[in-house]
Amino acid sequence: MTDDEAGGTQNDGQRFDRLPTTAAERTVEGRASRREVLEYFGDRFGISPETFDDYTFWEKGAGKIWIYAGEASSPVEIEAIGMTCLRTRQEHWKPTTDFVQRFGRHASECVIELEPEAARRFVAGEDQELEWDGDWGYLVVAHELAGDLEPIGVGLYVHGELRSMVPKGRQRVL
Amino acid sequence: MEPLERYRPIVDEFESFLAACERPLGNAVRVNTIKASVERATAALEDEGVEFERASWNPRVLRLETDSPGSTWSSVHGFTHGQEEVSAVPPIVLDPQPGERVWDCCGAPGGKATQIAALMDDRGTVVANDNNLGRISALRFNAERLGATSLAVTNADARNYSLKPFPFDAFDRTLVDAPCSCEGTIRKNPDALDDWSEGHLHSVAGIQKGILRRAIQTTREGGTVVYSTCTFAPEENEAVVQHAIENEPCRVVDFDLDLEYAPGLREWNGETFDPTLERAARIYPHHNDTGGFFVAKLEVTAE
Ligand SMILES: C[S@@+](CC[C@H](N)C(=O)[O-])C[C@H]1O[C@@H](n2cnc3c(N)ncnc32)[C@H](O)[C@@H]1O
Repeated sequence: MTDDEAGGTQNDGQRFDRLPTTAAERTVEGRASRREVLEYFGDRFGISPETFDDYTFWEKGAGKIWIYAGEASSPVEIEAIGMTCLRTRQEHWKPTTDFVQRFGRHASECVIELEPEAARRFVAGEDQELEWDGDWGYLVVAHELAGDLEPIGVGLYVHGELRSMVPKGRQRVL
Repeated sequence: MEPLERYRPIVDEFESFLAACERPLGNAVRVNTIKASVERATAALEDEGVEFERASWNPRVLRLETDSPGSTWSSVHGFTHGQEEVSAVPPIVLDPQPGERVWDCCGAPGGKATQIAALMDDRGTVVANDNNLGRISALRFNAERLGATSLAVTNADARNYSLKPFPFDAFDRTLVDAPCSCEGTIRKNPDALDDWSEGHLHSVAGIQKGILRRAIQTTREGGTVVYSTCTFAPEENEAVVQHAIENEPCRVVDFDLDLEYAPGLREWNGETFDPTLERAARIYPHHNDTGGFFVAKLEVTAE
């Protein structure tokens, strides 16, 4: 699949623009390229780039990246295209809960497994003190469910604390 | 229940029909195979101690024995989605295939659109549209929660829909899950019949005809259009399909469905319908202990 970018040099908050394949093809200031997105998922979480061979990436609004498996013209002004997957244009890029639930099983790094009680606190939106000797920053937070590891969402690990990034609408008291 | 009296002449075992309409409905969920296989989803429910029963007609539909189906890990992970059992019928009749282009023209809040994406293994293009912006946010939320990456969302009146955002000029299949008088949801919403009037049936039928017409126009020759409502009124069902076959290039076709149902009607209040309308399905609450639904399958033919 090729990623081509139509349109002007300004990011337009009302429409979706397909990401350029590489930074060299970038026409909109600050826009991530497809290659950078794949590198981020690969470097940070060990998700292999082939995972996304059948998907395109789009930006709507400054830094919000969407992942889409279907067909659409670029640029396109519609309500949604696939799902939001990543927030760029900030120092530390941040994956979304929905993306991690959908693709987090492909991750091999920066995945923290929680015990049942900690998993319940995490999905309820609570921050908690936890031991973790891996990288700080955004992690895939998972737990064991029916014999398999299942990603729940994104946590931010700093200073011995795991902060739940589960959005309000997805939090549950179980 | 008063308005339902008009269906006494067309519904078999009318007393058990009425009795079923009085009974509240249980909690059904659909397994979202985008995120988990049926085995994995049921294993997760068992792991959590949530009891369930499998619907005999479809392995992906489960009846849960809990009052809060949303408060389970299965729901958190999007393995299951709360969806009335019969509401899972129209996408199955539509029978979308991976890689196809499918339009769900009245798509919010997205139970059927996400089911269509799942039936396509989340490959292809599912355009879920709704003219109500408020309901679009629920549609978007459900699509993302269930991980439907093949789904695009548009906000337009289906009656004059434009395919401009998309690099193709026709859909392979279209679902028209039309706005309707919702008589068949009485078990879920006991006040569903409060605003019932015959005038309302006729005005909503006008909208339904406009939407179905556009659905046929935007679907390729040989493609499939499924028309469904959650109501019993023939004005909104057979009469709408009859209008379509008289005015657009299409015919009513058969389909298999492993549920009990009655055939579509040949006449109502002096109006007669084409014999092929018998190929449609009227699913009544007492048939399978569900809500009520009407489903017709159309094939788009040459002009
Ligand atoms: C029966 S509901 C659809 C339920 C949906 N298919 C599901 O399974 O979640 C009918 C929908 O049609 C929408 N609607 C009504 N008139 C419309 C029109 N002219 N164009 C597009 N959508 C319309 C309503 O806002 C409503 O969300």
